[in-house]
Amino acid sequence: MEVEIAGIRLKNPVIAASGTFGFGREYSNYINLNKLGGISVKGLTLKPRKGNEPPRIAETPAGILNSIGLQNPGVKGFIEEELPFLKQFNTAIIANIAGNTIEEYCEIAEILSDTDIDAFELNVSCPNVKMGCVAFGNTTGGIAEITRQVRKYCKKPLIVKLTPSVLDIKEIALAAEINGADAVSLINTLLGMVIDVHKKRPVLANNFGGLSGPAVKPVAVRMTYEVSQTVKIPVIGMGGISCGEDAVEFMLAGASAVMVGTWNFVNPNTCIDVVNGIEKYLDEYNHGSIYDIIGKIQMNG
Amino acid sequence: MGSGYITDNREQRKKAEEEKKYMSCILMEKIISNREVCPDIFEMTIRSDYIAQRAKPGQFINIKCCEGLNTILRRPISICSVNRNGSTITILFQKKGTGTEYLSKKNPGDFLDLIGPLGGSFDLSDQYEKIAVIGGGIGIFPLLFLLKESKSIHKTAFIGFRNKDNSVLMDDFKVNTHELLVSTDDGSMGYKGFITDLLEERIMTEKYDIIYTCGPELMMKKAVDTAIKYGIKCQASLEQRMGCGIGACLACACKIKTGDGWQYKRVCKDGPVFWGEEVEFRG
Repeated sequence: MEVEIAGIRLKNPVIAASGTFGFGREYSNYINLNKLGGISVKGLTLKPRKGNEPPRIAETPAGILNSIGLQNPGVKGFIEEELPFLKQFNTAIIANIAGNTIEEYCEIAEILSDTDIDAFELNVSCPNVKMGCVAFGNTTGGIAEITRQVRKYCKKPLIVKLTPSVLDIKEIALAAEINGADAVSLINTLLGMVIDVHKKRPVLANNFGGLSGPAVKPVAVRMTYEVSQTVKIPVIGMGGISCGEDAVEFMLAGASAVMVGTWNFVNPNTCIDVVNGIEKYLDEYNHGSIYDIIGKIQMNG
Repeated sequence: MGSGYITDNREQRKKAEEEKKYMSCILMEKIISNREVCPDIFEMTIRSDYIAQRAKPGQFINIKCCEGLNTILRRPISICSVNRNGSTITILFQKKGTGTEYLSKKNPGDFLDLIGPLGGSFDLSDQYEKIAVIGGGIGIFPLLFLLKESKSIHKTAFIGFRNKDNSVLMDDFKVNTHELLVSTDDGSMGYKGFITDLLEERIMTEKYDIIYTCGPELMMKKAVDTAIKYGIKCQASLEQRMGCGIGACLACACKIKTGDGWQYKRVCKDGPVFWGEEVEFRG
């Protein structure tokens, strides 16, 4: 089950997705975090952020819409309060970082490069904040520039997390690769809106929010396939994974690892279920190694 | 299980063990009964030794209402009473939306996927000899659990309903209080008007040591303001749309005052019960 992504070895290809897992504390009450391939922590900004007005979440068909707004304790708070807790566990720690300006991203990367984290995930795809983030990630020029700049300050493997809200995700992924990304992860949420017809208002205080959950999975699998066909760096697939077979879909499409997000809310045990589910699939089809399924999809003619 | 919190010394280790004892758990529990007690309000009793032994007033359980890929989020429902000897818990919920619609159709013998007990509880310290609860609509359910568990020597309940047909648990409130005051919006039962009117009137002559409130936000704001005005301690149990229910997703934010302003706290984990003066109510 061991995979290597961007120079880091994961004991299995299942990573808890950023924003759905906090800093692991809450989930450690329900599951053994040592069994996870990795944890991508809640998006970190230079200074603490309060986040958006509630309501921040709405349920949708086979999914949810969220607009948390990157509430987090800031990079310093993370290093002092959260990282020592996470380091008790034998699992890869991925720091998801976000900012309003390229300089902020660079500064966070510089600070965190001197810590015990295993890799960075560049969040240029969060749709819920007014400045930065997805604004850098939805053009090839934007993603090229921010990847190139952050690369200079970041002394750890760099994963760039992509937004699906673009015309051609292949070009975006390629721009990240050319400018120094060690891997790409996709997809972040799709921007959506839910309206309360009785109040004639959007449910979310922020009006719009990011759609995730099983509803987005086919889009995510297709994009994972397209990106895997385009770049040479590893691809981490995510979007609506709730069981082992969902993860296998992404891996057949070309993902070397997967991230599990929304379904953690439904069942705190989901990441473990996905690990077991992948193992079961490998056994069922007599695959000796996880690499026997990565990218092994056979397209119809 | 994970190793939990960092444990450098004995005291911290002891605290962690204590926390573990009361920790919530993912459970599959059997439904004993489920019936509609008034229009769209259901009373469900669940056999759960785990929760019955641990639950405190103010805490909730988070229920997966149906299988499959729709209506995916759990529904947080506060605990209304527990029978520790009989190992059962009772919840009341309003059928409102798809999740609770599924829940209303569950039958005795069905198993329920739930996590609990979650969240913090009301402060039921012995120092409070004379207590009052004030609740409206579905907010009254956790207050009944509170009244049942409280060892205070004098208990008053102020409960408000839309109308007589929507009133529930009247007998239970009667049995568990020394004084019960009721209001309805239309005057079909008790006082006609806001339940907070009755609190404001009563508070002039009665000296409560603490007031607990749960219900519509405007009602809670009024109750808290009244308590503060008379220098009485007050706790409010808040509500917000939740994601995970365990404190990880930060969806259920509420504004809590700090020394120099306010910050968002989690209703599910830091709450749902907060001290009234800390809460920055809307409007």
